[in-house]
Amino acid sequence: MKKSHQKKYWKTNLKYLAILLSIWFIVSFGCGILFVDELNTIRMGGFKLGFWFAQQGSIYVFTVLIFVYIRLMNKLDKKYNLDS
Amino acid sequence: MELQTLTWLFVGITFTLYIGIAIWSRAGSTKEFYVAGGGVSPLANGLATAADWMSAASFISMAGLISFSGYDGSVYLMGWTGGYVLLALLLAPYLRKFGKFTVPDFIGDRYYSNVARTVAVFCALLVSFTYVAGQMRGVGLVFSRFLEVDINTGVIIGMIIVLFYAVLGGMKGITYTQVAQYCVLIFAFMVPAIFISIQMTGNPIPQLGFGGLDENGVYLLDKLDKLHRELGFAAYTSGSKSTLDVFFITAALMVGTAGLPHVIVRFFTVKKVSDARKSAGWALLFIMILYTTAPAIAVFARTNMIETVNNQDYKEMPDWFTTWEETGLLSFNDKNKDGKIQYVEDASINELTIDKDIMVLANPEIAQLPNWVIALVAAGALAAALSTAAGLLLVISASVSHDLIKKMIQPNISEKGELMAARLSAFVAVCVAGYFGINPPDFVAATVALAFGLAAASFFPAIILGIFTKKMNKEGAIAGMIAGILTMLFYMLKFKFDWFGGGQKEDWWFGISPEGFGTVAMIINFLIAIVVSKFTPDPPDEVQEIVANIRIPSGAGEATH
Repeated sequence: MKKSHQKKYWKTNLKYLAILLSIWFIVSFGCGILFVDELNTIRMGGFKLGFWFAQQGSIYVFTVLIFVYIRLMNKLDKKYNLDS
Repeated sequence: MELQTLTWLFVGITFTLYIGIAIWSRAGSTKEFYVAGGGVSPLANGLATAADWMSAASFISMAGLISFSGYDGSVYLMGWTGGYVLLALLLAPYLRKFGKFTVPDFIGDRYYSNVARTVAVFCALLVSFTYVAGQMRGVGLVFSRFLEVDINTGVIIGMIIVLFYAVLGGMKGITYTQVAQYCVLIFAFMVPAIFISIQMTGNPIPQLGFGGLDENGVYLLDKLDKLHRELGFAAYTSGSKSTLDVFFITAALMVGTAGLPHVIVRFFTVKKVSDARKSAGWALLFIMILYTTAPAIAVFARTNMIETVNNQDYKEMPDWFTTWEETGLLSFNDKNKDGKIQYVEDASINELTIDKDIMVLANPEIAQLPNWVIALVAAGALAAALSTAAGLLLVISASVSHDLIKKMIQPNISEKGELMAARLSAFVAVCVAGYFGINPPDFVAATVALAFGLAAASFFPAIILGIFTKKMNKEGAIAGMIAGILTMLFYMLKFKFDWFGGGQKEDWWFGISPEGFGTVAMIINFLIAIVVSKFTPDPPDEVQEIVANIRIPSGAGEATH
């Protein structure tokens, strides 16, 4: 594999990481902790929204994030012929 | 059938299953012993990782902890699941590509230094031993409550079972028993949760039920907040920890999860890099099922418990109340001699003390579920404790036989000799763990939470820097790990064990608790490592070549020595 290809592959990977980890940070540390009081003024059925993010929502988002990453990387591997 | 008989039956069936799997999948080589031969499917690995990860603490204690701390309990929920995102994105694929047997193996090779390897072995042993003692205690607790045997006999029965399949089967045996244990524990966790959710809210899905309405058309969480206010507790949905501390504890648990050697090592057991990513996804999906149910159980149990006991006659308490009193985990002291139970925040009036560990175990009884459900919970709790204990014991044995003996003391040891050494060290580790289970030092409970801080302060930065920077050298990594673990140990000993002059809550630095301090120690590790590496020589070219290579997923050979 060419050096320039390696570099590009790595750069795209880092871009994915930055995006996904920002979401990871926002749903947990953001919605679940830093802005929990603000979100708690909004209600979703029996849940206060901030409380729901801290005890339910963040965990669902985490799981989805990993599966999105799996998909993105499988595609990227294919593009660079690294899926052996 | 009697509860006792049913419990023996369930425990007997599951134990026979584990032993059967162990005999079927016993390890014949060091590769099978350390990484299950390296050909585990991502789905099976995800199941095994979930069981490996969810310990007696997750199964028995977590819902109880949340039940007593409300919103503050969110630190465990987010912390112990968010770490998997870090694992899947930042660690697992690259470590798999690197293709070694243990975490100290990676540290030692990436930082071309046996000093780094030794520091890593020390950290791995410290983290794993503090953790495993708690598991054996959990086994003893379940046996003593449900099978009415002595707590020590319970620990010994657990030891024999683990000994059998960890020593015989190594990672291969552990992997497939963990798959079975996941199925047992999740079934045992979900059945009572579903029953209780239907009972209290009419909704069979606990995750939705705890946001639902009770029989009077009041939202369950509002009712609980109201009960809390009446009894003088902080509102359930808002908690009492400072935002800063919640932030730091959550971060420490997340990073610590990603740095735990017994979790990382599971990703060495799959065939290729993409399988490592997939395993992490499956693992979190399976963990999610339990972790999103736990806060629902917490709310159901809390409401049920308050309504069953508060202001009720002591004489009219149901059977479970007396059985738990006998274990000493529940106690009633009628201070105002009115024969009723007062359960309030104010310690001078409060008459009831409840150990938080009994919430999950007592919950089915409090909700008056059938005996077979209660017996199932006992079997599930044992599955959770045993699966984690086995994973930890394997890390301990591999650290000794592979990282210490094979890599440092006696490099020309034969394959057979190393396998023998691995089995022997697993045997010794089980005995030490059992000893701590029978004679639990006071600090076990305190240190299990801190094991995460230690993992966050030591491994996580060294591994991340080893993958994401080519220029990180051995001087930087070693200095960082030592600085991180020493600051963490200092803070923990000062504020948990009263060393170095001790200190109270008011003396915490910036108001950060020892549980959250792992985040600070991790940052210190990162900073020291980066600064030191700027002033010391770059790593050799071949090491920089290794780093370039682990970033490319293809050609992940089989795990080797």
